[in-house]
Amino acid sequence: MATSAIAHPLPAVTGFIHTLRIFGKETKYEFLKLMRTRSFSLSTIGFPVMFYVLFGIANRNAFTGNIHIAKYMLGGYACFGLIGAALFGIGVGLAGELAAGWLELKRASPMPVPAYLFAKCASAVAFGLIIVCILTAIAVSVGGVSLTSTELIKMLGMTIVGSISFASMGLLLALVIPANAATGIVNLIYLPMSFLSGLWMPLRFMPHWLQSVAPALPTYHLSQLMLSIFGYGDAISLATHWNALLGFTLVMLGLSWLIFHRKEQNA
Amino acid sequence: MPLNAIAYETEQLAAKTSVSAPQRPIATLTDITKHYGTTVALDGLSLSLHPGEVVALLGPNGAGKSTAVKLLLGLIAPTSGTSRVFGSDPREATTRTRVGAMLQVARVTETLRVREHLDLFRSYYPHPLSVAEIFRIAQLQGIEDRFFGQLSGGQKQRVLFALAICGNPDLIFLDEPTVGLDIEARRALWQQIRSLSAQGKTVLLTTHYLEEADALAHRIIVINKGRVIRVGTPAEIKRSNGGRTIRCRTRLSLEFLQTLPSVSNVEFNEGAVVVTATDAETVVRQMLLRDETLSDLEIASPALEDAFLALTKNQ
Repeated sequence: MATSAIAHPLPAVTGFIHTLRIFGKETKYEFLKLMRTRSFSLSTIGFPVMFYVLFGIANRNAFTGNIHIAKYMLGGYACFGLIGAALFGIGVGLAGELAAGWLELKRASPMPVPAYLFAKCASAVAFGLIIVCILTAIAVSVGGVSLTSTELIKMLGMTIVGSISFASMGLLLALVIPANAATGIVNLIYLPMSFLSGLWMPLRFMPHWLQSVAPALPTYHLSQLMLSIFGYGDAISLATHWNALLGFTLVMLGLSWLIFHRKEQNA
Repeated sequence: MPLNAIAYETEQLAAKTSVSAPQRPIATLTDITKHYGTTVALDGLSLSLHPGEVVALLGPNGAGKSTAVKLLLGLIAPTSGTSRVFGSDPREATTRTRVGAMLQVARVTETLRVREHLDLFRSYYPHPLSVAEIFRIAQLQGIEDRFFGQLSGGQKQRVLFALAICGNPDLIFLDEPTVGLDIEARRALWQQIRSLSAQGKTVLLTTHYLEEADALAHRIIVINKGRVIRVGTPAEIKRSNGGRTIRCRTRLSLEFLQTLPSVSNVEFNEGAVVVTATDAETVVRQMLLRDETLSDLEIASPALEDAFLALTKNQ
C-alpha cells in the first residue's frame, strides 16, 4: 500500500543573496585549501618563478631583432604557470575529491554544484594571477623588462581567460583519470605540451618537424595570444588563435558534461 | 546443589522514545528498480520513513542499501519507480535543505579547520543551527580550530556527524556512523541519535553492528538482493527466529527435551545442551524439576544476529 507523502511546505527558493554567499564561501575555502596545501602552492608558484629567474633573467640584455628575450620569456612562463595552476589545482584536486566520496557528500547537501565548479575555476584564476604578478614583478625589477600599463592589464586579462580555458581541461582530466595516477598523468600531459608550444624555448630553435606539432596544441594558441600583447606573436592571425582556444574550451566542457552524466548513470 | 543461573538480556539502555500512531510518511521509495548496465541493484523495492522514527536498514554487502540511500538523497535516479522526500523529488536542491547526511568519506579536505568546514556547510542551509550548538551536540569543544588532518579517527567521525546535523535537518541519513569509535564515543553518538528522534526528526541508519540497530531502531528494514525481505521492530524480527535459547549441563536426554512444550530445537554444543524454545520459563521449570544436577544454566534472548543471518540465508 503506497501512502502518498504529505506535500510539506518547503522553504521558498533561497534568495539570490543566499546563493551568492554560498558561491563566496565555497571560493574562499577552496582558495584557502589550495594555498595551505604546500605541495601544490609551492610548486605551482615556485616552478615558473624558478625557471624564469634561471633562464629569463640571464637574458635581460639579449635581443633578437625587436624581441627582448626576457620579455618573451615572461609571456611564455606566465602561460606555463597559469596552465599548471589550473591543471593541477582542478585536475588533481577534483579527481581526489571525486574518488574519496567527498564530492558525493557535498552533492547530497543543498550546495549548488555550480558553486563548487565556480569555486574551483575562480581559485585557478586567482593562482594564475598571483603567478603572473610575481613573474612580472621579477621581470620589471631584475629582468630589465619594460611594460606599459596597457600591456600589463592585457596580460592579466589574458591570464584570466587562459585560466578559465585550462580549468575546463582540468575538469575533463579529473573525470577521466583515476585519482591516484592523477599527478603523474597531468605531468605527462602538461610538460611535453608546454615544451612543444614554445613556452620554454622559442619554436624557431626547434627542428621543423617538432614545430609543426604546435598549432595542434591549445597551449600554443594561448601563448601566441599572450605574446601578441607585446607584439611578439607569429604570422597566424589572432582570430585563428582565439577560435582555437575557444573551440578547445568548448570541447573540454562538452566532453566533461557527457562523461559526468555517464558516470552518474553507472554510479 | 546450588543452581548457577545467569540470565542474559539484550541491554535496554535509555528507553527508546515511543513513536506516536503511524503518521503519513515523509520519505518513500515506491517500487524502485535500479539497473547498472546488466546488474540489477534494486528489484521492486519499496520502503517508507515516518516522522520521529529511527529506522535501521540492514542487509549483507551488495544487498542494495547504498543504492537505496543514494536514491533518497537524490544522488541517482531510479530506472523505474518513484522516490519522494517531503513530497518532492529528492534531486531538487530545495528538498535537500531539510536533509542531512553522514556518508563514509575516504578523505575529507585536511587543510581546512573544523570551524571552517562547519562554516561552509552551514551556509548551504537556510536555517542552520548555531555554531555553538553544533559544537555542543557533536562534542567538538576544544578542537574547533584544529585542521581536519590533525584529528583522530573518532574526532573525524564527530565532525562528519556535525556536518550532517548542522543545517537542522528533519531527515538524517547515517551511513555506518560509529565505525572506528570506541565504546564511549559510540554510546555518546547513540544518545545524540535518540535525541534527534525525540525532537521529531527521522533518522535512517545503515550499520553492520546489529547491536546498534537493536539499541536504536524503532523499525528495522532487512533487504537482500535488491528487495525488502522483512520489516519490523527489533523484537518482532528477533522473535521470528523462534524463541530464546536455554543452555545448561544436564543429564536429561535430547529426545526427552524435544518433547517439552514450545521447544523448536535441541542440540549438543561443547558439552552443554542448547534448547531453543519460545516459552523458556516453562521449559526451564520442567528441566529443573527433573534434573537436580543441572548446572551452568544460561538463558539468552534471541540475538538479532541469528535472526538476521537466518533471514538472509534463506534468500
